[in-house]
Amino acid sequence: MFEGWDAVVLARAQFAFTMSFHIIFPAFSIGLASYLAVLEALWLATGREVYINLFNYWLKIFAVAFAMGVVSGIVMSYQFGTNWSAFSDKTGPVIGPLMAYEVLTAFFLEAGFLGVMLFGLNRVGPKLHFLATLMVAVGTLISAFWILSANSWMQTPAGHTVNEAGQFIAADWLKVIFNPSFPYRLVHMVLAAYLTTALVVGAVGAWHLLRDRHLAGPRVMFSMAMWMATLVAPIQIIAGDQHGLNTLEHQPVKIMAMEGHFESHKHGAPLILFGLPNQSAGRVDYAVEVPKLGSLILKHSLDAPMAGLNTVPRENWPPVPLTFWSFRIMVGLGFLMAALGLFSLLMRLSGKFYDSRLLHIFALLMGPAGFIAVLAGWITTETGRQPFTVYGLLRTAESASPLAAPAVASSLIAFIIVYFAVFAAGVIYLLRLMAAPPHPGEEGPSHEVPIRTAGITPAAGVTAEGAAR
Amino acid sequence: MIPIDLPIIWAFIIAFAVFVYVVMDGFDLGLGILFPLFPEKRDRDVIMNSVAPVWDGNETWLVLGGGGLMAAFPLAYAVLMPALYTPMIAMLLGLVFRGVAFEFRWRTTRARNRWDIAFFGGSLLATLAQGIALGAILQGVHVGGRSYAGGWWDWLTPFSILTGISLVIGYSLLGATWLVMKTEGELRDRAYHLSWVLLLAMLAAIAAVSIATPFLHIQYTERWFAWPNVLMTAQVPISVAVVTALLLRSLANKYDYQPFFLTLALFALSYAGLGISMYPYIVPQSITIWQAAAPENSQLFMLVGVAGLIPLILGYTAWAYWVFRGKVKPESGYH
Repeated sequence: MFEGWDAVVLARAQFAFTMSFHIIFPAFSIGLASYLAVLEALWLATGREVYINLFNYWLKIFAVAFAMGVVSGIVMSYQFGTNWSAFSDKTGPVIGPLMAYEVLTAFFLEAGFLGVMLFGLNRVGPKLHFLATLMVAVGTLISAFWILSANSWMQTPAGHTVNEAGQFIAADWLKVIFNPSFPYRLVHMVLAAYLTTALVVGAVGAWHLLRDRHLAGPRVMFSMAMWMATLVAPIQIIAGDQHGLNTLEHQPVKIMAMEGHFESHKHGAPLILFGLPNQSAGRVDYAVEVPKLGSLILKHSLDAPMAGLNTVPRENWPPVPLTFWSFRIMVGLGFLMAALGLFSLLMRLSGKFYDSRLLHIFALLMGPAGFIAVLAGWITTETGRQPFTVYGLLRTAESASPLAAPAVASSLIAFIIVYFAVFAAGVIYLLRLMAAPPHPGEEGPSHEVPIRTAGITPAAGVTAEGAAR
Repeated sequence: MIPIDLPIIWAFIIAFAVFVYVVMDGFDLGLGILFPLFPEKRDRDVIMNSVAPVWDGNETWLVLGGGGLMAAFPLAYAVLMPALYTPMIAMLLGLVFRGVAFEFRWRTTRARNRWDIAFFGGSLLATLAQGIALGAILQGVHVGGRSYAGGWWDWLTPFSILTGISLVIGYSLLGATWLVMKTEGELRDRAYHLSWVLLLAMLAAIAAVSIATPFLHIQYTERWFAWPNVLMTAQVPISVAVVTALLLRSLANKYDYQPFFLTLALFALSYAGLGISMYPYIVPQSITIWQAAAPENSQLFMLVGVAGLIPLILGYTAWAYWVFRGKVKPESGYH
């Protein structure tokens, strides 16, 4: 079994699978940590009880999501070595320090203050507790800074040389860290995390408003979330456009794949809205396109010439259909988010913000949109830079560990089974927490203290044990 | 100016990170391993509560150990990780189960038992895998050029099984003495009883590994027994005897706080013994720390951060432990 499989393909599948699961949690916890800091600050500033209720409500959700982020993240930090050892040997001297700085400046900060943030309000008092919350929020952002710098260096390497052992070494650390695509990627991703969180918060608020539009907590969280969508979704579209222009400059082949431009266009490239990219034939079947709009968007000129994949050797082509489609999903969802933001603004201005069922249903449906857009965006950028791990310099096939296919196949199956079992349960617990509305006197993650188990009848305990067996 | 030997400094930093990891996560993995011995929900809640605020910081040291190895000794990371493929993946999956159990078991009544089993199984699997990995590193791996050249089952030998079981015993002892320190009443009494049994098992494990190690490579034998090395290396078993005596006394006199820290001292001595065996190799008998070292400017760049940040990290980590200091009382648990 699996003897005929390509170990590199299996390793890629494993990395893609574990990474896709992992990214969901940080994308949520980066935004949620900042939201919690804002809620606690508002509580400290105004003393209004609704803010501390909301804080405690979302803190419980944060604790569960954060735990899943931590354990799936530890997997990532070792997988470079287990499955991509040749890559680790060659790039370790450059991206290793960036990740070490992530651990030192971000992970420890988050982990060190998380315990106090979750359980320490009564022990340290509100001011120190707010400091802990702030440190956790800052930690998540610092983490994003370093890991996106490392990823961006792999996409647009700069500031390095190569030594006699074939390792990349840094010649200028500032150029390594602030490589050409980094600022764009950082802004795009942090905004994505904020939007993702806002959409979840908005959907939870909408869910409870649909049942009872007078609840104080849901009204406040829904309003805050919709302000975020109104203000940030349009900014994100601009940031995405700028990121795209940066990609055109540094990774033009990725843009060709995103746009489905197999052919070169001397007098203005069309914008292909939809179609079925046919990689082997080198064309987009059933394309629906707007003439010259592609050049207008990417080059700001109707007649600007644009090269296509026919100018690139086939062995350097990324998988076009995946890049093409994931990009359209991301962009489509981005415009839907902006539409939600605009619609909510109109409802707000016309005084129907808390009454419009249409708005609440729209917001509810958009709840998972951020996650899907984040995943689609990462698929776009990661498949679009194939077949390289360090763009143009180190091929993916030359990066993998010297492992037999059955070894990787077994671990891949183990990851799939474990992740689906564990994280499905986690998502169910999260949804259960979200399904209950925040109420006055909401407690923090005050896990059921033993004293309260007196209320649980022995019969129920027996049944629970029976069910688990 | 005395030239500084960066690879040596970094070897100590990585060794320090791994040791801090063992110190901090050892007891909380040990608690997971001991979980089936405490079937009462009330006890289990206290045990969980005693580490819930800090477990996540504890595991961050593991990330620093791995990330730091990749950054400072990329060649060693690139050789060892594929060599230890199966134990590493098993450890990661074990950590997934036990990590989420901290949060999940409070979110369900019906499936709580399932997450308790996950906490136990995950802790046991992760510990066993770490011990096996340690043994596999000590016995050496096949290296070809700049990569691992062995098969994916090379790590499995009687010696690596021995180190795996030994670590399970060691972490359990850390867990038991942690409970002695952090709990009261009947739970503490049982932890005392367990500590006695586990201490004897730990001493047997230390003896077994110490006897087996010199048989792995002639270099290990020479390192430990050749004159005049033996003058220095003999300090290790002598210190182990002294610490053991103190530990027995503290258990007998029920000094709640001493057993945990003396067990840590036993770990430190075993760890020093490991260092004596391995030096100057990072992949035993194949790759030295200088051969594996990242270029100077990478190590220097990180050293700046480590020098400034590690003291800060230790500071706020200590503060977090301080906030949650003292005995965990079931009635006023911070959960």
